[in-house]
Amino acid sequence: MATKDRSGDIALPALGFLGTLRWVWTQLTSMRTALFLLLLLAVAAVPGSLFPQRPANPAVVTQYIRDNPETGPVLDWFQLFDVYSSVWFSAIYLLLFISLIGCVVPRAIAHGRAWRSRPPRTPRRLTRMPVHGAFTVPAGPDGQPGGQEGGRPASAGAAVVDAASVLKKRGYRVDVRDENGNQPSVGAERGFLKELGNLVFHVSLIGVLISVAVGGLFGYRGQKILVEGETFVNTLVGYDSFTPGTNFSEDNLDPYSITLEKFEVQFDRQLTHYGQPIDFTATMTTRSAPGEEPERQILKVNEPLTIGDTSVYLVGNGYAPVVTVRDGEGNIAHQGPVVSIPQDGLFTSLMVLKVPDAQPDQLGFVGFFLPTAAIDENGVSFSRDPDPFLPQLNLNSYYGDLGLDDGEPQNVYVLDTDTLTELNSRNSEAGGIVLDAGETVELPDGKGSITFDGLRRYAALDITHDPAELGALLFSSLALAGLSASLFIGRRRIWVRAGTTDDGRISVEYGLLARGEDHRLAGEGAAVEKLLRDRWLADSAEDNENETAHAGAPATGSGKDN
Amino acid sequence: MQNINQTLGQYSELFMLLAALAYTAGFLAFTWDLVKSSRRIREIEAALAESAGDRELVLAGAVAGKGGKAAGDGAAPAGATADDAMNYQGERRTIARIAVVLTVLAAAIHAVAVVTRGVAAGRVPWGNMYEFCTTGGLVVAVVFLLVLTRKDLRFLGTFVIGLVVVMLCAATIGFPTPVANLVPALQSYWLIIHVSVAVAASALFTLTFAMSVLQLMQANRVARLAAGGDDRLPFMRLVPSALSLENLSYRINAIAFVLWTFTLMAGAIWAEKAWGRYWGWDTKEVWTFVIWVVYAGYLHARATRGWTGTRAAWLSIVGYLCIVFNFTIVNIYFSGLHSYAGV
Ligand code: HEM
Repeated sequence: MATKDRSGDIALPALGFLGTLRWVWTQLTSMRTALFLLLLLAVAAVPGSLFPQRPANPAVVTQYIRDNPETGPVLDWFQLFDVYSSVWFSAIYLLLFISLIGCVVPRAIAHGRAWRSRPPRTPRRLTRMPVHGAFTVPAGPDGQPGGQEGGRPASAGAAVVDAASVLKKRGYRVDVRDENGNQPSVGAERGFLKELGNLVFHVSLIGVLISVAVGGLFGYRGQKILVEGETFVNTLVGYDSFTPGTNFSEDNLDPYSITLEKFEVQFDRQLTHYGQPIDFTATMTTRSAPGEEPERQILKVNEPLTIGDTSVYLVGNGYAPVVTVRDGEGNIAHQGPVVSIPQDGLFTSLMVLKVPDAQPDQLGFVGFFLPTAAIDENGVSFSRDPDPFLPQLNLNSYYGDLGLDDGEPQNVYVLDTDTLTELNSRNSEAGGIVLDAGETVELPDGKGSITFDGLRRYAALDITHDPAELGALLFSSLALAGLSASLFIGRRRIWVRAGTTDDGRISVEYGLLARGEDHRLAGEGAAVEKLLRDRWLADSAEDNENETAHAGAPATGSGKDN
Repeated sequence: MQNINQTLGQYSELFMLLAALAYTAGFLAFTWDLVKSSRRIREIEAALAESAGDRELVLAGAVAGKGGKAAGDGAAPAGATADDAMNYQGERRTIARIAVVLTVLAAAIHAVAVVTRGVAAGRVPWGNMYEFCTTGGLVVAVVFLLVLTRKDLRFLGTFVIGLVVVMLCAATIGFPTPVANLVPALQSYWLIIHVSVAVAASALFTLTFAMSVLQLMQANRVARLAAGGDDRLPFMRLVPSALSLENLSYRINAIAFVLWTFTLMAGAIWAEKAWGRYWGWDTKEVWTFVIWVVYAGYLHARATRGWTGTRAAWLSIVGYLCIVFNFTIVNIYFSGLHSYAGV
């Protein structure tokens, strides 16, 4: 078996190139290496939970590196922000899987061979087995054929044939030897599914890994924020952000469309958890392709929509105040909902509005949207309820060059005020902008005005396609089944030998041997003995004086089957 | 939406306190039993030593466990010591019996507390840390009592019931949470499947953790005795040999590992339903994976020469520490998608 370890021989003999290769291979596929790599994998996975990870949270990583200019770049060099795609993490699991293949293949071959071969020959001394026993039965009456159900065996050979059929019923593969000789015996073996389960388990792990890889190659994932009344069309430009798999092509996108008709939120109104959300429901109209019949569908958390070959998930929500901005020349420079980002459970939401079309100066606004505005003792506004009972905008305003024209991509949720001139703020002469619904505020210096027209909600959607998801599920289920078989099935051998005693009775001895850990071995021995006795002695109480020798149950064995 | 029954919720909390008190009484009884039995053993030992002047004889039982696989058939150790198959023996241990009765009583009150909590909330009672802890503690106690019907693990009582008391205290003092509806992210039948199996697996791992600690202590003690040192932990005489502890905890760990594998898979399926990906290396996912790999390592160790026994026990302990870490530190201090701690 390839799993035999051969470590310990530290002094390396001169091996030559091939020899060295073979040595490396044996080391790599040894059980000890597998164990070492497994533990290493566990340790290597940990940093990914300690440091922010780029795939999940790129902005947080950037911020982290900015906040830690000394250590950040060093950590980054060690790929601690990309742990699960890092060279070292990949190296560990790839080595582990190579080791696994090198381990499984020879074992599969050996197991295939074992499956086809007959149960091993009967050992000379069954008393050497960890579980063994012996008893005698009177021979059956003359003329009665041995092996008949419920009868005494006519001869040692017949007893062995009987034993074989009992064992076969218990799921053993049996092989009767020397039936007509004077030491007839049966060899039996069961539990091939144990090793098979183990092999299936390990192979399925490879299947899971491949499924994950295929998903990464051909899948994609995109985000879209959809305000009530808006429609999303599944094309690349339709997404706010999009992460394609390595082999993605735009033709893979089905041209469906989704309209968010209504987004409803229900908050808990019981005193103990006042304001905690208890339900989000998005009502959608979907079209599987342009011109197709529209269909009304409900989207909830934990209940994704399936459309095209994608699934659509509800991953977030918030408020989008509808705002109209007039510029210094009196023209409407912006009109429509502005997505605000909730900062807390009360939906105090950060809002940024850039108005590049404003003339003569571009305008920028930053501040908060408060669903239910209130003022604390320090005069600071806050929201005291997540529902919009008293919606209010608290904004600062700026004018100047927004820097949008040089083509550099910008975060729409961040306003860089360094290059701008302040118009409104709490500290400015004009004060901050405070707008209740329906109100308008003129900006200072005739720069324009802003109106809070109304309120809508939005839903944040994740749209994903993973062609290998089913494969991953299938392989992991197989792994689970294989694992259970491997851990809970006992692989055992049992031999029963019969002979004739001097006084014409039939002596029976048996021995059991387990492969690997098997705490039920003693119980199995007792159960088989009972079956045989019941079969042969069922009708005669007086035969029960037979003495039985039990010995050598394994450490945990107690003869009890539990 | 379900209306919360606050009055029933308060009764549930009252029952939880009563259960904690009853467990504490059970814990004290188990401890008393350990102390008393080990004192008795000492007396017998002293008497024997006086009569025969043969210390070796009395120690034989305890030392038998240290050897190889064949050690299990060693003679049953003196007095009230559990035998290596951990079956019940003739000897009556009144205080241990009282301890078990108290534990049964405590578990019954505890069950009422957990059930009323679920009824009050109109859902399964495992939606936040308080509920994970209290339901988990109940499962630990019930699993322990169930195992007790077949095997004499009363020597574990002090440790296991002690842990249950800790869990209840952690819940009621550390994360008190009034009954409430579930946030939308948790409104899924996967909560029932995924979390219940996770709790069951953790309960089993709790048992094996206690056993592995005892195994290490026993191995250590036996080694010291064999080297001629004196017995610093006489109560360990009540505890079976290191080898039989190892074997039984292996069996329980195997079951728990399968359950944990299922937990991981069910979690992935749920994550797919909730967030659109079955695996995203979220902190909670990372730690669930780490725990899984550590216990896979444990199972491998059991099949690797030189890694059975003490080293395997250490892996089992490390695995459990990861579980505790995952449940406490990760839930409270690490941000991630799984932020349902409710504290
Ligand atoms: C991805 C990495 C691996 C994982 C997660 C893993 C997991 C497991 C688990 C959970 C078991 C116990 C269940 C059972 O007995 O079937 C096991 C058993 C086993 N594994 Fe692995 N394994 C991995 C890689 C390997 C490698 C690389 C080897 C070969 C060097 C290997 C060889 C074995 C063997 C021989 C057993 C049976 C042990 C016994 O007889 O009890 N495994 N593995």
